Amino acid sequence: MATTKTNHQQETLEAVIIRFVGDSGDGMQLTGTQFSDTSAMFGNDIATFPNYPAEIRAPQGSLYGVSGFQVHIGSVEISTPGDEVDLLVAMNPAGLKTNLHAVKPGHTIIVDTDAFTKKNLEKAQYESNPLEDGSLENYQVIEVTMTSLTKETLKDVEGLDNKSITRSKNMFALGMVYWMYDRSTDHTIDFFKKKFSSKPHLIEANTKVLNTGYYFAETLELIPNSYTVAPAKMASGTYRIIMGNTATAWGFLAASEKCGLDLFLGSYPITPASDILHELAKHQHFGVKTFQAEDEIAGITSAIGASFAGSLALTTTSGPGLALKGEALGLAMMIEMPLVVVNVQRGGPSTGLPTKTEQSDLLQTLYGRNGESPIIVIAASTPSNCFDFAYEASKLTLEYMTPVVLLTDGYIANGSAPWKIKSVKDMPEINNNIIQVAKENWHPYDRDEKTLARSWALPGTPGLEHRVGGLEKDRVSGNVSYVPDNHEYMVNIRAEKIKRAQNSIPELVPEFADEGDLLVIGWGGTYGSLYSSIKHLREEGIKTIGFAHFNYINPLPKNTVEVLKRFKKIVVCELNSGQFAKVLKLNFNDFDILQFNKIQGLPFGNEELVQKFKQLLK
Amino acid sequence: MDTTVEKKYTFKDFSSDQEVRWCPGCDDYVILRAMQKALPEMGVKKEDVVFISGIGCSSRFPYYMDTYGMHSIHGRAPAIATGTKLANPDLSVWVITGDGDSMAIGGNHFIHALRRNVDLNIILFNNEIYGLTKGQFSPTSVVGQKTKSSPYGNTQPPFSAGELAIGAQARFFARIGGNTPKEMTQLFIEAEKFKGTSLIEVMQNCPIFNDGCYDEFTDKAVRADKQLFVEHGKPMVFGKERDKGLVLKGLKLEVVTIGENGVTEDDILVHDAKEPDPTLHQMLVRMYYPKVTGIIRSFDDVTLEERKNDQIGAVKANSKFSVTDDLFFSGDTYEVE
Ligand SMILES: Cc1ncc(C[n+]2csc(CCOP(=O)(O)OP(=O)(O)O)c2C)c(N)n1
Ligand code: SF4
Ligand SMILES: [Mg+2]
Repeated sequence: MATTKTNHQQETLEAVIIRFVGDSGDGMQLTGTQFSDTSAMFGNDIATFPNYPAEIRAPQGSLYGVSGFQVHIGSVEISTPGDEVDLLVAMNPAGLKTNLHAVKPGHTIIVDTDAFTKKNLEKAQYESNPLEDGSLENYQVIEVTMTSLTKETLKDVEGLDNKSITRSKNMFALGMVYWMYDRSTDHTIDFFKKKFSSKPHLIEANTKVLNTGYYFAETLELIPNSYTVAPAKMASGTYRIIMGNTATAWGFLAASEKCGLDLFLGSYPITPASDILHELAKHQHFGVKTFQAEDEIAGITSAIGASFAGSLALTTTSGPGLALKGEALGLAMMIEMPLVVVNVQRGGPSTGLPTKTEQSDLLQTLYGRNGESPIIVIAASTPSNCFDFAYEASKLTLEYMTPVVLLTDGYIANGSAPWKIKSVKDMPEINNNIIQVAKENWHPYDRDEKTLARSWALPGTPGLEHRVGGLEKDRVSGNVSYVPDNHEYMVNIRAEKIKRAQNSIPELVPEFADEGDLLVIGWGGTYGSLYSSIKHLREEGIKTIGFAHFNYINPLPKNTVEVLKRFKKIVVCELNSGQFAKVLKLNFNDFDILQFNKIQGLPFGNEELVQKFKQLLK
Repeated sequence: MDTTVEKKYTFKDFSSDQEVRWCPGCDDYVILRAMQKALPEMGVKKEDVVFISGIGCSSRFPYYMDTYGMHSIHGRAPAIATGTKLANPDLSVWVITGDGDSMAIGGNHFIHALRRNVDLNIILFNNEIYGLTKGQFSPTSVVGQKTKSSPYGNTQPPFSAGELAIGAQARFFARIGGNTPKEMTQLFIEAEKFKGTSLIEVMQNCPIFNDGCYDEFTDKAVRADKQLFVEHGKPMVFGKERDKGLVLKGLKLEVVTIGENGVTEDDILVHDAKEPDPTLHQMLVRMYYPKVTGIIRSFDDVTLEERKNDQIGAVKANSKFSVTDDLFFSGDTYEVE
């Protein structure tokens, strides 16, 4: 029973940002995901971002129990979930209170008036009812008695308890939004059929409420018109919507299949990295072994042990966990063992802001180990390219016999976007340094001339028995050595090996302009925000601004200095107090490197970036 | 993997070319030699043997074995070994650790390895002191022990390794004196045979920083009277004259003399190492006199890698995904023209 739309006034928009908010139990994540999936299948480009409360079961109706989901859809390229919203759907007073600031003045708010009870208003710390006191007069408020209408709709459906009835009111809201944005309800109805295949009364109930919401919006005079967002121009192919953490997990699955080594993950749960563990734990059918360890140290050391035995081994964590892994990461560097560490960064220091995003672990990642211990550090920059960089991390670790840290962050890890699906057969080859037969005079630290990677002999291989360890080794025999010159030689060659990885990584290609007045530099998860604000300036006619985004942090792309030279001013934008700027200053001291930093646990907003760049261009 | 070994090894096949650097007279030499003698008797291939150690005097051990090995970081060997064994269950994986390595800095990994029952063999060199760092007290040092960091006597009560291990669900626990190489060799062979985590505590003398700490039990002159070497299925009899034995009185073990007060050999408790209930094993471990040695507990149970491999097998058999393409292109995908 799909909905059909009668003729109605319609306005076409390029892009729309919608935020669904309500209590943790109101199903806002599901509502948002349904809307974004439907839009993606319609052909829009999309970006989404969830916002959960940190508490698992926060008291109902409380300000800190608000759960939200933001969707940005467009007929144009969409690179972030967006800042201010065109439509806010608030299922309760607490949701309205905590999200009102994000609504563009004059834009629309849909509220469930049934939830605006005295008790809920008190819990949301409202002194008077905002629906009555005039405080919302700058917005178009659509008041709907959603809970009662849902109850009324379902009064004849059998087998429903009160709780299931009130819980389906989010589908009423979704139905309304589908009508407003001219979206079909088909995908969501199919979803009900799959999800409730053994509970037909729930299929019926949810479909009924969804459709009632849809037709309610159509007949409601309060909604003057509906909008449409045309399909975006995207490369042809097969797509799916993917979350950053899932893309990361899948990148490793792809790498494991390509290189033929089993995947091993040793990990200890931590927000916002746990979803990678959850995802890989599902895929034992590919032979993946996940090991939930007793702590972060056992997470990484079990991975080192698995790598020693010949697995493609990884460990996943967030800032505090990386701190615990430091010593073991040094061991992996010293014994020159393949190992990927994923750090999904969150707000620090210490426990910091676990559910918020930040880029403040860069220096910890680069330098947070004892002794001279350089490793490869790369960073993903969008939810979908987490796949590519997880794959790349696996490739680099196996080809260079060194740990690789992949940095992502809470923003791209939890955000989702369309992913043009990649097949393993189209991914680049992955070489490894495994040897099976002992050549005359073989030693474990014999190096490949080009990459300087040492050879990798796996237990079980006859004739290649050898010992590795954290003590310094003789450059030839690999036996323990305290000889001063040898130590210096080994420190240098380990560093040189990391530098050689420059030969395997792409050069930096600035976007928008090859040369000009201002070069905006970013790295990692800020790509979408920086890109869209610079695009915005270009559309205003400003052509002398270029954009260089780094995915490779150590080593830096070979041509970095050439790119820097071509611009008059350089500004490094990052969600920390200037860590990458420090790295660049350390490497290239001839440049005057400016900074733009934000440390609020939030991504950059378009407006603040545009203002900053305009000011720098003056 | 083919487990039959055609080649007959001798202890030389397991000795590396590295010069052994422990202090003269250290029991670590005894353990090394016992291991090199035990390995040819185990029926495992040399290339399948892996030694993983932490940090300490004892942890230098892998350098002296001509097998695969890793000298890792302080306390973490059980976790590393767990990864190695899970990744390749065909390997024979050994953990070498000290009392500080396993019960201070690595206490967490130690108890969790025992709880999980991965098929590892852990050799604990317990010298009741930090050897490598030159003589501080350890978690097994006794109260009052004077060390560099406790010049007026240690104030921290010790762990008993066996008690801790059995509390952490250890399925196999054995204890042996550092000066009884023949029995030690035999225990290493038994540990390898046992499927699951085996822990062997060696009462290891450190002649430099804690000399004689076990003399009251291990000295040749008193050993027979002060140690009870238990064997599964045999009565727990000890003493030079084999006339002493253990009986259960109420909730306590008691030493009795056969032939006195009407006690006959039939009254003596028979050792059951395979009993799942650890109560009696805990009591044996805790006895001060006699010091109980030999295999105190050896209870067969499913190993972690068996559980994991069974699960992977079952998941594979029921899965619609055999390659990643199947997964990536499944579910809610859509076409863009
Ligand atoms: C992280 C770390 N902390 C401290 C040390 C110093 N350290 C090395 S060995 C050791 C104690 C070793 O004692 P034990 O495990 O009993 O081994 P033994 O030397 O007695 O065989 C200490 C504290 C270290 N190497 N690494
Ligand atoms: S310090 Fe003690 S334990 Fe270490 S080698 Fe010397 S005697 Fe052996
Ligand atoms: Mg010790």
